[in-house]
Amino acid sequence: MDIRNELNGQLRIVIVGHVDHGKSTLIGRLLNDTGSLPDGKVEQVHEMSRKRGMPFEWAFVMDALQAERDQGITIDTTQIHFKTEQRPYVIIDAPGHTEFLKNMVTGASQADAALLVIDAAEGALEQSRRHAFLLHLLGVRQVAVAVNKMDRVDFDQYRFEAVSQEIRAYLAELGLHTSTVIPIAARHGDNIVSRSDKAPWYEGPTVVEALDAFRPQQAPTELPLRFPLQDVYKPDDRRILAGRIESGRLRVGDTLRFSPTGATATVVSIEGWNHSQPIVAAQAGQSIGITLDKRIFAERGHVAHHEEGAPHVTHRLGVRAFWLTSEPLAVGKTYTLKITTGEHRVTVESITAVIDIEDLSSTPAKAVHRNEVAEVVLRSRSPIAVDLASALSRTGRGVLIDGHDVVGGCIVVEVDEGPTASANTTEVSHAVTADERNAANGHKGGVLWLTGLSGAGKSTLAMALERALFDRGWQVFVLDGDNVRNGLNAGLGFSAEDRAENIRRVAETAKLFADAGVLVIASLISPLQADRARARAIGGERFHEVYVAADLATCESRDPKGLYRRARAGEIPDFTGVSAPYEAPESAELTIDTGTVTPVEALGELLDYVDGAFGRNALKRGRV
Amino acid sequence: MTADLDYLESQSIYILREAYNRIDKLALLWSIGKDSNVLLWLCRKAFFGRVPFPVVQLDTAMELQEVYDFRDRIAGEWDLDLRVEQCPPEADMDQTLPPLTRAAARKTEGLKNLLRTGKYQGIMVGIRRDEQATRAKERVFSPRSLEGDWDVKDQPAEFWDHYKTRFDEGTHVRIHPLLHWTELDIWRYSKREGIPIVPLYFAKDGKRYRSLGEKNITFPVDSTAGTIDEIIAELVVTRIPERAGRAMDNEAEDSFERLRSSGYM
Repeated sequence: MDIRNELNGQLRIVIVGHVDHGKSTLIGRLLNDTGSLPDGKVEQVHEMSRKRGMPFEWAFVMDALQAERDQGITIDTTQIHFKTEQRPYVIIDAPGHTEFLKNMVTGASQADAALLVIDAAEGALEQSRRHAFLLHLLGVRQVAVAVNKMDRVDFDQYRFEAVSQEIRAYLAELGLHTSTVIPIAARHGDNIVSRSDKAPWYEGPTVVEALDAFRPQQAPTELPLRFPLQDVYKPDDRRILAGRIESGRLRVGDTLRFSPTGATATVVSIEGWNHSQPIVAAQAGQSIGITLDKRIFAERGHVAHHEEGAPHVTHRLGVRAFWLTSEPLAVGKTYTLKITTGEHRVTVESITAVIDIEDLSSTPAKAVHRNEVAEVVLRSRSPIAVDLASALSRTGRGVLIDGHDVVGGCIVVEVDEGPTASANTTEVSHAVTADERNAANGHKGGVLWLTGLSGAGKSTLAMALERALFDRGWQVFVLDGDNVRNGLNAGLGFSAEDRAENIRRVAETAKLFADAGVLVIASLISPLQADRARARAIGGERFHEVYVAADLATCESRDPKGLYRRARAGEIPDFTGVSAPYEAPESAELTIDTGTVTPVEALGELLDYVDGAFGRNALKRGRV
Repeated sequence: MTADLDYLESQSIYILREAYNRIDKLALLWSIGKDSNVLLWLCRKAFFGRVPFPVVQLDTAMELQEVYDFRDRIAGEWDLDLRVEQCPPEADMDQTLPPLTRAAARKTEGLKNLLRTGKYQGIMVGIRRDEQATRAKERVFSPRSLEGDWDVKDQPAEFWDHYKTRFDEGTHVRIHPLLHWTELDIWRYSKREGIPIVPLYFAKDGKRYRSLGEKNITFPVDSTAGTIDEIIAELVVTRIPERAGRAMDNEAEDSFERLRSSGYM
């Protein structure tokens, strides 16, 4: 083989499939039959097999680890090089065991193409389907299928056709194109390198011919420019922005815009070291460094692009995620989403559906467990520059990190542009507007004022609402009448004057929280119409009054703090409902009668109301 | 046509820059062999002419003289922050290891001593997947315990160039920027870039070192390749494994795996 041929593009192949369907054996055979094994390896494997009292085991060629040889399984992904007459290959062997999914993902994500191995007798079992599904998710688009152990079914054509049709249908549903399904017997070398005479009915390619028909993945140089920054270096008086171009091209003189900040600058130079000529252009796949004509704020995670074909900038994305860890992904949990070099704290807003990999159906769920794939909505506090995976795969996918570990991966399938800080703002504004806060939080700030008798259930309801909203990723805080009296209003008593001042202070504090973007739940008896009217005046249109109604008898029978008993005994003067008036609201935005609905129903009503008044839809309706 | 070398180079530079950005207290392990020379060269490319972290040599005082001469020359010319760490004697090694493997384990212990000082959280090593079957299972960012143990059965997920860069206190990470290169790639790249090479790699009297190690456990192989071009031509057709001259690899079936799971490079 001449050297030039050697330099033809190397192709990375991942071999996947259910455990025991014969992946390692196929690889061992492939290496041997193409003359790619080093001298002495076959003898070594003979010796290893003999020591364990087994017939010659091809899998030992790949399963280099002691534990793997002893257990007869492949534990981790590994890589091995071989060559056909066409070109060199790297084989990535990926384990089939369910619990080793993270290793399979690690292996398969690096591949240009995949070979899916299926046992002729068993057909496409769960893992075969899961692997096919993941290949699609990981961006591997070229797949060939080897139906192995054909010797065990006497090279029966009908059995082969049945398995072949089943897997073709499944792959087609995923949108994976497969031209090739090959009947093989890896142990005996049938249809690996040389054509088998045991399946005369088969006219398609051998495994090697199928591999040679794959095309190497091309760096996406013709797509819009994405240059995510990795770092900023100052080796001397230069300020070099370093990173790798993920797609498109960049030239000296280009005007770049950086998302999500919106800053723009012109490329003065493409820096290199040990280059004889100045570099004037660079393209997808290259790790480069550039200098700019002006000193803008740019750092790791920012994405440079051209004016045309900009990425989306969003706080909310729909992703298709695969989960790799035992602790389930759940609504309300917060993770770090890393897309290229950008990291964002995201909260799981909802799980739209968990996808059944057997029949590709969707079912709603509250959590995503290890090895599951699901459609999930993520919300970020910081704006994310991102693409749809279908348009630009490299900047449209990322990993989810929990603590120190990568716990899942995802591709972006939907971007909510929403009312967000515009990526097209050139001036860096120092003021954060209410709109921006709302966009970051995914809801409006405001004041939900819960009024009602002692024992009506205000505090219980407030705390339950706070929990529920927090779990959805809301910025929410309860200002409880009793609690503020211990701090902010510690000096105030229960005279009419002090009560009015108490309410005024709480209303002012609530307003500040609301300005900061928080939904404040104020829970106070606030018995007088006039005091509540003043609170409403302070809060403005963001003030929503909720009357937590329950008749006096009900409240008194509950008497959670024993106050009614003490008031009746004359120990507490001016006790609302007993010895002081309660003026029921006449125009509350919402009334909840806790005497007639259960606490769960009450919370449900309140949540619906809050969602409508302050939630995402309220954001869409109009800006605050 | 060297577009494939450009790809390898870009990928390694990406890894080096990730390591430099994410990991405090980095060091590069320099064996002075062909691979770690390429690694140093790539650092200079990634960081525009300088190697911005210490370069550590684990010394057993058993390297060949040419290796020491080369080290001192390059360290000066490239302005490296070279730190030579002495490895403990063979008598201190695990005596259940076969004798040659024991000799190789000195470097592991030297590295452990270095890590115990707490001076480094990330160690860059120029190993490649095609060198040896257990190295083929490596991650680019490979977490280790303080003692350097490699938990091969529970390695982190690593895909789409997202690496594990966060660690518990007391652990460290091995970073492998050349994992995806082959022996042939190393030579073709060395030729293209004009990277200096220890002369022991070139044949003298029908023998050359294909892989450089300590003189007591490494032997030259039969070869007439006296230039880089001849080495490249030899590698295209050879079926002899690269580490054939490394005695410890072949001493027992699991010699190398035992070395590696206890922290060998």
